[in-house]
Formats: sequence, structure tokens, C-alpha cells
Amino acid sequence: MDSLMLDGNAVAGLLQEVFAVEMTAAIGTCAGCGASEPVGAVHVYRGAGIVLRCPHCDNLLAKVVKDGPRVWLAFPGLRTLAVAA
Amino acid sequence: MEGAAVLGRLTWQPATVVDSSVETARVKTIGFDVEGWPGHRAGQHVDIRLTAEDGYVAERSYSIASPAQSTRVDLTVERLDDGEVSPYLTDELRAGDQIELRGPVGGYFVWEPSQGGPVLLAGGGSGVVPLMAMVRLRAATGRDAEMRLLLSSRGWDDVIYRDELERLDGGGLTVVHALTRSQPPGWTGFARRVDPEMLAEVGPSPAERPDVYVCGPTPFVEAVAEALVQLGHEPRQVKTERFGPTGG
Repeated sequence: MDSLMLDGNAVAGLLQEVFAVEMTAAIGTCAGCGASEPVGAVHVYRGAGIVLRCPHCDNLLAKVVKDGPRVWLAFPGLRTLAVAA
Repeated sequence: MEGAAVLGRLTWQPATVVDSSVETARVKTIGFDVEGWPGHRAGQHVDIRLTAEDGYVAERSYSIASPAQSTRVDLTVERLDDGEVSPYLTDELRAGDQIELRGPVGGYFVWEPSQGGPVLLAGGGSGVVPLMAMVRLRAATGRDAEMRLLLSSRGWDDVIYRDELERLDGGGLTVVHALTRSQPPGWTGFARRVDPEMLAEVGPSPAERPDVYVCGPTPFVEAVAEALVQLGHEPRQVKTERFGPTGG
């Protein structure tokens, strides 16, 4: 366990800034182990960018990097993301 | 209400300090007025942005301590001595001052009175803040949902909202304190960190399928969530919110 680890709640504002909709209650499915969890429950690490990892298998779900006026998003390990319509 | 608080692009807006009150030696509650505030759900937070004269920007998230009430938003802030933001919020802000705020944000770590009970809230230190919004909302809406709050603090004088919790205790709300480092003379309550035995004693039992909310520093949340699952609580019923040393 890493005491610097946070969870998806910590990036709620950033994600809503990008998607214009509340994202922590959205359900993400890990492409690694197939587990589904609300974004609020995934593990979050902050460094030069923000890394979201699966709380079950530690698979890298997504990366978010803020670069001035742009936000870069990568979803290497997210199979699906189900957002309330 | 839910829709109003959930949809829409976030924008920074000014928040004006109305008043502040001392909770403990290190913790203050600051009441803000935010024009056009859409209301919020218990457990949601806001992002705060401070901009220095040289343009340096610092952003932090703080849980909302108050239930939705017009355009007022109460934030309870723990002062971290080496923090960039919290000492400013607790020491420098005066009534009439403005900061930038956006929110409400979050939709996972929230409790609605319509969920009913039983509910178990477990907080470590200032992790009690979003849980207090739930306790207050329950009281304000006159709901009889059975709710138990297990609050871990270092000592009796570190217990945030201590007097108010004492007043609210009873009538379906049970408040249990665990004091981890020091206890007042004659203390008969828990005097250790939260562990599986304590959680089993405080209840509700996993068979009652309580909604569980755990908030605190990451090691606290990890330990409590693990203990709850070990006791047989459904992982999906256990919602967690961690805050780390990068706050402040």
C-alpha cells in the first residue's frame, strides 16, 4: 500500500472539467482483469501527470496530463466507460 | 436537485467568506457565500484555487461540511504546517475576502436520505468532514435512517465537531469515538486504531447490508476497508474517499 495513493474522488473536478459531466459515478471496466468499478473507486497516483489504476489488478487504466490549455488523455487499459446519459 | 448538481461544465467562480469558527487547534470551518450555487449532495467536495501575485496557482479539494442550504457552503479545513493552501485558508482569510472555487464535484461518495439505512460512517481525523454533511443532512431532513459514525481521532481535543456530535447522538444516530494517541482521564471508550473487532462491535453487521462510507488518510481507509471486507461486508457497499499528504 502506497500512502501517496489516492482515489478517483481526487480527480473529480479535473474529469468534470474535461467531460462536462460528473465522472466519479461512471463505471469503468478494466481491460486487464475485467473488473468494473466506479471511477471514484479506482486508485489514483499523482506525479508529472495523473495515473488511474485498477484497484483489483493494478492495471494502468488511464493517464491524464495537463499541459497548459490542453488536457492529454490516454486510456491504455480501459475496456469501457459507462457514463450516465 | 441531483441533476442540478451533476450536469454541466465546471467553472471557477468567486466565493466570499461569510464567517469562520474554530473546531480544534488545527481545524477551522469557513463559511462561504457562492452566488448562484446550485446546491450539492452530502459527500461532495469543491476545488479551491489560489493565485499568488506572481501568477503561481495552487489547487486543492475540500469536502463540503454542510448540507445544501441556499448559496452557503461550509468547508472544514485542517491546517497542515507545511501546506501551501491550508495555512492561508485557516489563518489569513477574513469575512469579506474572496477566493476562487468550483463545484460541487463528485457523485460516487455521496449519500441520499432516500437510500435509508442502516449506514455506517467511518472517519479518520478530518475524514469526518464529508461524513458530517451526511449526519447533518439526516438531521435536517428528519429522516430516521439508522446511522452509526465511528470517528477515529488522536485525542479528545482533536475531535472535530465534538460538541455538535454529542448533541446529535441518539434517535437513530450512534456516535462512537476511537482515540488513538491520548485519552482523557476516565476514558472508557476505544483507545486504539480502528480494527476488525471494533468494527464488529460498532456494527451494523454485514447481514444488514449497510451502506458504508470510509474517509480519511489513505492508510486509514485501506485498513478500514480491508477490515470491513474481512468481516463480510460486500465490497460494493463500501465506498471510500482517501486523502493524502499531498493535500494542504
